[in-house]
Amino acid sequence: MKMEVKNGDSQLLSKLATNNEHGENSPYFDGWKAYENNPFHPTKNPNGVIQMGLAENQLSLDLIEEWIKKNPRASICSPEGVNAFKDIAIFQDYHGLPEFRNAVANFMGKSRRGKVSFDPERIVMAGGATGANELLMFCLADPGDAFLIPTPYYPAFHRDLRWRTRVQLLPVVCESSNNFQITKKALEEAYENAQKANIKVKGLIITNPSNPLGTTMDRATLRTLVTFINDKQIHLVCDEIYAATVHSLDFVSISEVVQEMEDYCNRSLIHVVYSLSKDMGLPGFRVGIVYSYNDIVVNIGRKMSSFGLVSSQTQHLLASMLSDEEFVNEFLSESTKRLASRRGSFTKGLEQVGIRCLESNGGLFCWMDLRKLLKKPTFEDEMGLWSVIINDVKLNVSPGSSFHCHEPGWFRVCFANMDDETMVVALRRIRNFVEKGEDAEVITVKKQNKACQKTLSLSTSQICDENVTMTLSYSSPRVISPHSPIPHSPMVRART
Amino acid sequence: MEFESGNSQLLSKIATSDQHGENSPYFDGWKAYDNDPFHPTQNPRGVIQMGLAENQLSLDLIEEWIKKNPRASICNGEGLHAFKNIVLFQDYHGLPQFRNGVAKFMAKARGGRVSFDPDRIVMAGGATGANEMLMFCLADPGDGFLVPSPYYPAFNRDLRWRTGVQLLPVMCQSSNNFQITKQALEEAYQNAQKANIKVKGVILANPSNPLGTTLDRTTLRSLVTFINDKQIHLVCDEIYAATVFGGPSFISISEIIEEMESINRDLIHIVYSLSKDMGLPGLRVGIMYSYNNTVVNCGRKMSSFGLVSSQTQHLLASMLSDQEFTDKFVLENCTRLANRHEMFTQGLEEMGIRCLKSNAGLFCWMDLRHLLKEPTFESEMSLWRVIISDVKLNVSPGSSFHCCEPGWFRVCFANMDDETVKVALGRIRMFVGQRKDVEVQVKKSWHRNLRLSFSSLIYDETMASSPRIMSPHSPLVRATT
Repeated sequence: MKMEVKNGDSQLLSKLATNNEHGENSPYFDGWKAYENNPFHPTKNPNGVIQMGLAENQLSLDLIEEWIKKNPRASICSPEGVNAFKDIAIFQDYHGLPEFRNAVANFMGKSRRGKVSFDPERIVMAGGATGANELLMFCLADPGDAFLIPTPYYPAFHRDLRWRTRVQLLPVVCESSNNFQITKKALEEAYENAQKANIKVKGLIITNPSNPLGTTMDRATLRTLVTFINDKQIHLVCDEIYAATVHSLDFVSISEVVQEMEDYCNRSLIHVVYSLSKDMGLPGFRVGIVYSYNDIVVNIGRKMSSFGLVSSQTQHLLASMLSDEEFVNEFLSESTKRLASRRGSFTKGLEQVGIRCLESNGGLFCWMDLRKLLKKPTFEDEMGLWSVIINDVKLNVSPGSSFHCHEPGWFRVCFANMDDETMVVALRRIRNFVEKGEDAEVITVKKQNKACQKTLSLSTSQICDENVTMTLSYSSPRVISPHSPIPHSPMVRART
Repeated sequence: MEFESGNSQLLSKIATSDQHGENSPYFDGWKAYDNDPFHPTQNPRGVIQMGLAENQLSLDLIEEWIKKNPRASICNGEGLHAFKNIVLFQDYHGLPQFRNGVAKFMAKARGGRVSFDPDRIVMAGGATGANEMLMFCLADPGDGFLVPSPYYPAFNRDLRWRTGVQLLPVMCQSSNNFQITKQALEEAYQNAQKANIKVKGVILANPSNPLGTTLDRTTLRSLVTFINDKQIHLVCDEIYAATVFGGPSFISISEIIEEMESINRDLIHIVYSLSKDMGLPGLRVGIMYSYNNTVVNCGRKMSSFGLVSSQTQHLLASMLSDQEFTDKFVLENCTRLANRHEMFTQGLEEMGIRCLKSNAGLFCWMDLRHLLKEPTFESEMSLWRVIISDVKLNVSPGSSFHCCEPGWFRVCFANMDDETVKVALGRIRMFVGQRKDVEVQVKKSWHRNLRLSFSSLIYDETMASSPRIMSPHSPLVRATT
């Protein structure tokens, strides 16, 4: 069904319904289309587009399946579990099943080095991390207020944090020169700019581990952030949905820092967003969690959670699963191991063809440095390169500009949503692309040396020749973000 | 070092206002129930919950179906093969089979007289989420929606809290059985115009909560004409569609627009859910069905904030596409509701308590005006407190539904077994009987200042000072495992 906003709509419907703030009409939607039209399959479509724009964790679902087979009581549909059906089917209390909250608190604690424990009473449900982020904005900020946000950041924050809340996002620019770390200077600068523009800053929102960088913040940085927001008495929202994609010993959660700094930090300013979509690979279950150290936010958030409670069927299943200590320990250990191994293989494969990634220890992706493949360090060139990667290399990756990165040439590539064989195929294609590019460069240089007046026309479209680049960027009619701002692309369908 | 967590500068206006409605003085019944919940054997003198519109009468049918259909669960041996695909599925279009199943069930609940397009089905976090989502799509902060009273109390939160939309009541009166009149609509609309409030639409529940009545064809056509004339929206919350247990049969707005010509369908929207019709509120299945393409499109994007769990979608996709099951369920469910309704209303009639004649819903709209000392809301609150504290029934006073006449109470009857209904009726019978005795005595001692020993029988107005009261769908409802 083709949907067009009609002329009459702007009178008839709300501003929200007729503005483009949901972000899906931005010129970043091409990768999804390319993938949808031609999805890779190892046997049925080996030349198709490989999906590397979707941050999903498919590496450890077998562990969960195995647990489910052994624990039929966890399902209200099995013969063993159906006796709980009635009570669960009518359970709509927005506090959530106590055993569910306990289990989530337990899981959160375990994935954070065991150095902090989480109070089940502070756990509030939401419709995925998407809902959790929006809920927090509704609680912390009024329309027109702003939150500072370090770049590069998750594109769908535009929708989740701003669309219906009417909150503004003010970027805190991070640069490659120091590996995109957040500096006090950049924070202060962003804050001052807001003051000058008469915008009320209500807080700072960070994602740790970072999407798209895959890096985790060290203790010093976290303390700096806490000091900063505490000085200004503004909020700190930490989206920790990738917490367990890092080996737990390497991840310092904000809750640990809050504990250390509790004598001189207003805890009421600290809020954590969590989810099981990335750490466990269960995005379909819509398990979003708001964990706030602010009693009022917990109270109000809980009332708001009515708009996006977790299905009681799902709560019941997860309550059982996540209170199985042995399973949780084994899962966390094995999952982080597999992710580390996959990350290692992938980055090594890239290194072998001279492609560097930002050094990272978390997330489900790499932050790939393709700056040297740009003819000019511009975003037009980045888009040109991206078009080539989609159409010719046939990989759906996400250009840094979709993450509001300040410097062109960076790309996020997801590696955890495929099997080993597919990863090998992807690496091979990248190798081919880079090698052809090198050959072409050599040809270019030679020919330019021979005949400077001739306009070079290369047979392979993989060369970032300016003419070719320009042609490519104008040729695609509709563009959909390869990393869709919608993390669950409207285009992704279950392939049963 | 102590820091305040309650600084109103620190949080949003939404967080520090009372617009969620839970601090309103209607939360006592829940507290009473929570502190002293009835149990037939463990606590036979406890408070019976009659303030929660739940449908527990037909869950056994669903359980039976589940036992026979293990593939519907991604956790069972047979269904496990679907596990991976389902847990990864987060597409906001929803599972196609789920949407198809819901579309079919919606048609079935309307006697197959209309069909629904699965592509117009948008998920939301329960009907709660669906209603809010529609407001976000249709109205800007400050805009108004007309809503006939009495209406579901949580509309105040669902439609207004985070959206900033205003609700403008359209008064309905007992003199014509609370039917919506054109005059009342026009009056409410004009008042809004005078107050400079932009009216974006009308929202109503059909079948009605709390009345339990369905709108007749004339009224529906009248409504459609009204909104079409003014080019404003009509949102029909039809979440009780399959609870219509008696005549007249249910007429959905979807049927009306097929019959009428020159109606701008872009103005018509339906809210649906499985919480009442099937008795599955825990599963959070909210549906927005709009005839407006832009609203479908926009709503679908917004549904990201409250998608239905894919595990649940999978289960229901299977269940709702089993036509044999849904046929049987809808029929049997209505029969059981009809029986329960009759049992309850007849019992009440025998003690001289009338209910508004109704043919749907999970509750009765009980007329206790004759038990009020005075026809005031203070008297209503007093009576209510007596019913909670002494009769020990958690019922809902009409004022919580913004009824403009005191003395009406909503009593839910579908969330308990037959025995409990009998206990409840017994208690009411005793209460009414004692009250009659008191009346006789009062009449006898007309000239004396009578002080009665039964403190519970005096509608002391000082008792109407309850600090906290709760909405009919209480946040405090816990599973009684």
